[in-house]
Amino acid sequence: MPGKLKAKIVAGRHLPVMDRASDLTDAFVEVKFGNTTFKTDVFPKSLNPQWNSEWFKFEVDDEDLQDEPLQITVLDHDTYSANDAIGKVYIDIDPLLSIEAATRISGWFPIYDTIHGIRGEINVVVKVDLFNDLNCFRQSSCGVKFFCTTSIPRCYRAALVHGFVEELVVNEDPEYQWIDRIRTPRASNEARQRLISLMSGELQRKIGLKVLEMGGNAVVGYLQCFDLEGESGLVVRAIGTACTLDKLSPGTAPNTTTHTNAHPNTAPASNACNSPSKDSKEPVFSEDLPHPFSGPPTPFRTLPSSTSSPPPFSPSKPCSRQSSSSDTDVSLTPKMGMGSGGSAGKETGPLKTLIRQQTQSALEQREFPFFTLTFFPPGFLVHVGGVVSARSVKLLDRIHNPDEPETRDAWWEEIRQEIKSHARALGCHAVVGYSESTSICEEVCILSASGTAAMLNPRFMREGCLDTGGSDHRLSRQPPLVVAGSERNDTEVGSAWLGFEDASPPSCGFCHIPYDEFNMPFPAQLTNCYRCRRQKVPDVLFTTIDLPAEAAVTGKGCLIQARLCRTKKKAQGEVNATAISNLLPFMEYELHTQLMNKLKLRSMNALFGLRIQISVGENMLLGLASATGVYLSALPAPSGIQIAGKTPNDVNYEQHISTMQKRINDTIAKNKELYNIHPPKLFTLDPEAFTGLNTESLEEVVGSPIPDRQRSRLFRSTSESSDDLSELDLSHGKKDAFVLEIDDTDAVEDIQSLLTDAPLPSGFYSCNTEVMPGIHNWTPSLQMFTSVRVYRLSNANLTNHGLNKIFTELCENLLKTLYFKLRSMIPCCLCHVNFTVAAPEEELIQVAVTAVAMSFDKETQQAADKTVKKGSADNEEQLQFSMELPAETSINQPTTRPSGVSESAMVHSSSRDRCSTWLELLRLKAHTIRRGSVKTISSSERCSPLPDGRSRSLRSTRSLPCGAPVSVVKMTPLSFLPATRIVKYLGIINMFFIRETTSLREEGGVSGFLHSFIAEVFAMVRAHVAALGGNAVVSYSMKECVFMENPNKNQAQCLINVSGDAVIFVRESDQEATPPLVTSSTAADGAT
Amino acid sequence: MSVELDVFVGNTTIMDEEVYQFWLDGYTVNDAVKVRMEGGVLEECETSAEVLYSDTMDQYRTFQMCERLLHSPAKLANQLLFQIPPHRQAMLIERYYAFDGLFVREVLGKKLSKGTKKDLDDVSAKTGITLKSCRRQFDNFKRVFKVVEELKGPLVENIRQHFLLSDKLARDYAAIVFFANNRFETGKKKLYYLTFQDFAFCAGLLISKWTVGAMDNMVEDMDVDLEKQFLQDLKDLKILITDKDLLDQHKSLVCTALRGKTNVFNEIEANFKNLSRGLINIAAKLTNTKDVRDFFIDLVEKFIEPCRSDKWTSGDILLFLTHYTNSAHMLDSFKHQVLWDRYMGVIKSCILKMYHE
Repeated sequence: MPGKLKAKIVAGRHLPVMDRASDLTDAFVEVKFGNTTFKTDVFPKSLNPQWNSEWFKFEVDDEDLQDEPLQITVLDHDTYSANDAIGKVYIDIDPLLSIEAATRISGWFPIYDTIHGIRGEINVVVKVDLFNDLNCFRQSSCGVKFFCTTSIPRCYRAALVHGFVEELVVNEDPEYQWIDRIRTPRASNEARQRLISLMSGELQRKIGLKVLEMGGNAVVGYLQCFDLEGESGLVVRAIGTACTLDKLSPGTAPNTTTHTNAHPNTAPASNACNSPSKDSKEPVFSEDLPHPFSGPPTPFRTLPSSTSSPPPFSPSKPCSRQSSSSDTDVSLTPKMGMGSGGSAGKETGPLKTLIRQQTQSALEQREFPFFTLTFFPPGFLVHVGGVVSARSVKLLDRIHNPDEPETRDAWWEEIRQEIKSHARALGCHAVVGYSESTSICEEVCILSASGTAAMLNPRFMREGCLDTGGSDHRLSRQPPLVVAGSERNDTEVGSAWLGFEDASPPSCGFCHIPYDEFNMPFPAQLTNCYRCRRQKVPDVLFTTIDLPAEAAVTGKGCLIQARLCRTKKKAQGEVNATAISNLLPFMEYELHTQLMNKLKLRSMNALFGLRIQISVGENMLLGLASATGVYLSALPAPSGIQIAGKTPNDVNYEQHISTMQKRINDTIAKNKELYNIHPPKLFTLDPEAFTGLNTESLEEVVGSPIPDRQRSRLFRSTSESSDDLSELDLSHGKKDAFVLEIDDTDAVEDIQSLLTDAPLPSGFYSCNTEVMPGIHNWTPSLQMFTSVRVYRLSNANLTNHGLNKIFTELCENLLKTLYFKLRSMIPCCLCHVNFTVAAPEEELIQVAVTAVAMSFDKETQQAADKTVKKGSADNEEQLQFSMELPAETSINQPTTRPSGVSESAMVHSSSRDRCSTWLELLRLKAHTIRRGSVKTISSSERCSPLPDGRSRSLRSTRSLPCGAPVSVVKMTPLSFLPATRIVKYLGIINMFFIRETTSLREEGGVSGFLHSFIAEVFAMVRAHVAALGGNAVVSYSMKECVFMENPNKNQAQCLINVSGDAVIFVRESDQEATPPLVTSSTAADGAT
Repeated sequence: MSVELDVFVGNTTIMDEEVYQFWLDGYTVNDAVKVRMEGGVLEECETSAEVLYSDTMDQYRTFQMCERLLHSPAKLANQLLFQIPPHRQAMLIERYYAFDGLFVREVLGKKLSKGTKKDLDDVSAKTGITLKSCRRQFDNFKRVFKVVEELKGPLVENIRQHFLLSDKLARDYAAIVFFANNRFETGKKKLYYLTFQDFAFCAGLLISKWTVGAMDNMVEDMDVDLEKQFLQDLKDLKILITDKDLLDQHKSLVCTALRGKTNVFNEIEANFKNLSRGLINIAAKLTNTKDVRDFFIDLVEKFIEPCRSDKWTSGDILLFLTHYTNSAHMLDSFKHQVLWDRYMGVIKSCILKMYHE
């Protein structure tokens, strides 16, 4: 009996008129928790009632505290008839259960009704008194912190990382219960919302218990999903990474977070970087860090290994594959071993074995050595093998016993085993950047899981390692706070290059292949690493993780998408499932080919944040792969794309081919410019290292004669881990030139579509990872948005190709609209672009995008670019940039405040076109200012970033009758906010809403309906965050957006599930007074 | 293939001021797209008509959703649905309540009733302003009128506080409310030449000098009505024209002062009695609601037109009215000095504003 929940209803405002006669409302409030309900008095005849109620107290188990939401219902009192409900507010009180999170919830909440949307607001205060519970058999897990963020949260350090946690709960969907026929839509929706809220609570509690069992206190990278299985039920499942997190003292900035342990060799920053120290692991491209405070390079340990050391890892060891217990299982799970790898040559063989032995002990004992994290402390990732993914098609049947969700558990178990075995095949013992998803259509369900096979650093696996090794990593990886290229980096660059006695310098180590060079799991083209020249790297690398901070990247990155649409016959049951599973491997293959082509077209060699979604509809399958392409300096330059015709005698045809070839070559050249990809020429230091390498890689490959070779092979082989699975090999043979063969019209169109990808408008960049390599100097101005489109395919008999074209156009158009909408933020980058596709009905395609646009500072950007270039070009004869770029410029400019920047950028901007855009922008602003006789607080939007919104709005508002204005809450899908510092995590936001209408036309049609619903969801998220005392949501995502319509009946329904972490941030500039962070932190460390 | 649904929602609500203006001006989405395309935005932003349409549509929807809030601007600041930076909020409100000079001239002084609203299509046809825009403007007038009608205290300040408008716009609305309340006739042909700003200026003077609030701004509820007692007292000014001696004396004082200072001296001398009678009669009749309505037309007929036909300059008018006002103080038997100043101060400024050479 360990908790007392207290709630107080203060007031309401903007209530709807419930009594037509008086144009007023007699409102009162019911406050319900569990089975206890309290009521306020009726506040008669007012749209802005002041209840000022007493404290309603609920004495409850902490188990209930975790599961149940506080339910507040606002009603209109009616003397003669039943009271009318105005709307509800559900408050998740979980954030109050952890000492470190929020202390109370207090603020204005939108009153939400599933039929009418937001109807006014209510001011509520909620507190919890928790008593200590020492019961070891407890069912609750109060105090376990949850984070959606997929890296170690910024004001924490990870003392221990325990590993993978998962859980799922199932229930009957109220929408499909018999009672639903007799109750109102409102009642049905509310039952559903409440049930899901309960289930999420329960799920979170259960996962929390597992974490406590493991000895942890937090879940990072928490990913919760709903499967609306229709008739067969409702599944809520979640995965995450259990950790033990230590809160960093508020004094230490997250940038400096790292040094909680004493580092004897920690010198003040200036020293460390000026001395050509032995820190060979010094990241060469410190400026290349995504942004100045990307992820705390937290120490990372795991559980101590068990006493008996297991035998050395053998990739061929068969993994026990559990065959599914369900007889409906008709799955054919295509396996993907994506990307190719390289190995670390002979001389590192023993080392590798050692690493394996060490890490294995820690990881092997776990059932699933999976990590949902996508961003890691530097040095943590030793090698990355490539993407591993598994899919399985299942037939849904009714969940008979909700308390025993065995079938679903078994399904996922099976998939995870498969992932694990794939990872092993790639010579890896762990999977990072792991995620799971489903796509359901009628009774068919595709389960998917994917991740990146990786080797983790044994140093991070040992207890106590943090005091000795690794410290150098952590220190050095911190870039100076001064954003863009300070001179520090210049000096660093030269020295860092020389001598590495260790196996893998951080800037390239993770690229080195983890598997054995002579026993490769799939054919791949290996070369010696272009940075250290010691070890083998693959020609391309695909991963699901974010770009490691220490990675050396040439130029900028960009969003790369592969889109695919396949028709499928309508079918039922097993036939349908079989048809789908037969299609899957081909889809994966096509998507992969597309990705590869597009990657090469952009002259890049690696993909990060790869996410492949395959969505099933009644008569089609949609595939969408998104990733961020980059040029990893450690990997060889990609070869060009060569096209070859089948009928060499036809002159016209030849002509056609050569035009096309020219277009491709032009595009590649253009892209190189656009993304600033000017890789250094091969150095000639160690000719031997390059003997195996064709010199073509940087020459114009495209001109070389066309080898008569198939563009890639699809072959089947029995993998060692399973006996009945087909294996797809997606690597593309030898790579001296990448050949596209045009043998039919399809192929021609493929190439056409390859080339028709709309170019980015100038001033824009895009990526689906946390940040863009090569861009720093983010301004605080950002805009998170969600855009949803539904297309109706009017033409019933579309070919696959027609469909593909339409689908591609769809996505391209959507992107174009985004660029146009956000043009006022130029120069800017769309980050974390997350597409979700679905085929909700026959002939309907739904595409939803959530992303954030972040402005950066052009002027300093260029300076930084040049510094980077200078650094990278250092060793090479080919200096792209003249050296006269004075160091002072780069030092002076970086910290210019955004407001000043627009001017300076206009004056200095070297690039002519940018300059004109700027002028354009200013002209526009001037125009607007002239047009409206408005007293703008600041003349342009850019210059009035929101962060200080609270104070700003206070100042600016003219005397308002209705109290203080609403405080600004920022939202971002990223784990950070540029130019700010997160000082506190207040708890997880996980909300589920249903909205329904029976007057679709009156609400502005489907668009009007969804527009207001999404706006309402945002508003409710913001309100909850503000009530927790926060001013931003990070790692925000919209996990589910299910939209159904019936225009004939004038009805529509939509379900949305969103999640994120509520935080408090402060502006970086507020901290500017605190000088050199490293020194200050060192001082702090000294105390330990 | 057709787009069935297309929405974009930003955490901070994105609003394009140009599109907002199109929306306010009552353009259809298609027309707005056309105009935007002509503006060269396609080339500038490397985009397509489709994108432009989608964007315009989306913005229109946003504005429609905001419109409800704009009806009581104070709500905009503390609603939760749209996150709009304060300076944008101010812009939205200010633009929403902005009106066309042409339009307001058509309805100025008319009763803000359903009947008037029904005639808006005529107004729209006449002014070339879209009906939609006319309706918005008309509804704005009506809304402001209804709210301030029941409020105490100074009119301009009330409008400013309740509708969060700029001072300038609040004053204009005060004028509109004042005209609507007193039903001043402004639509007669003779008054066509006057702009809204001319009237607004006069309204400002009347509000600040002739209403109850003008003397003691917290006493009564209204800035909207002219002070009854004052109007009653104005009858006393009649002595200036009924008393033959006083009239002659007044004339000679004025003429003496003006001799040699103006080119139209002869006309002044010849017309003095007529002009003076005109002005005083206006004052004397103001107790009649009907005559209050004709206030402006009377000023034009009785004073401005005669002067204009004699080709007075504004300077002449100023000179004449100044001396005309001041000379009255020198008349021993004229006892209503304060009243006279209160009356003539406004009349003088009004005439000067209304006199277009």
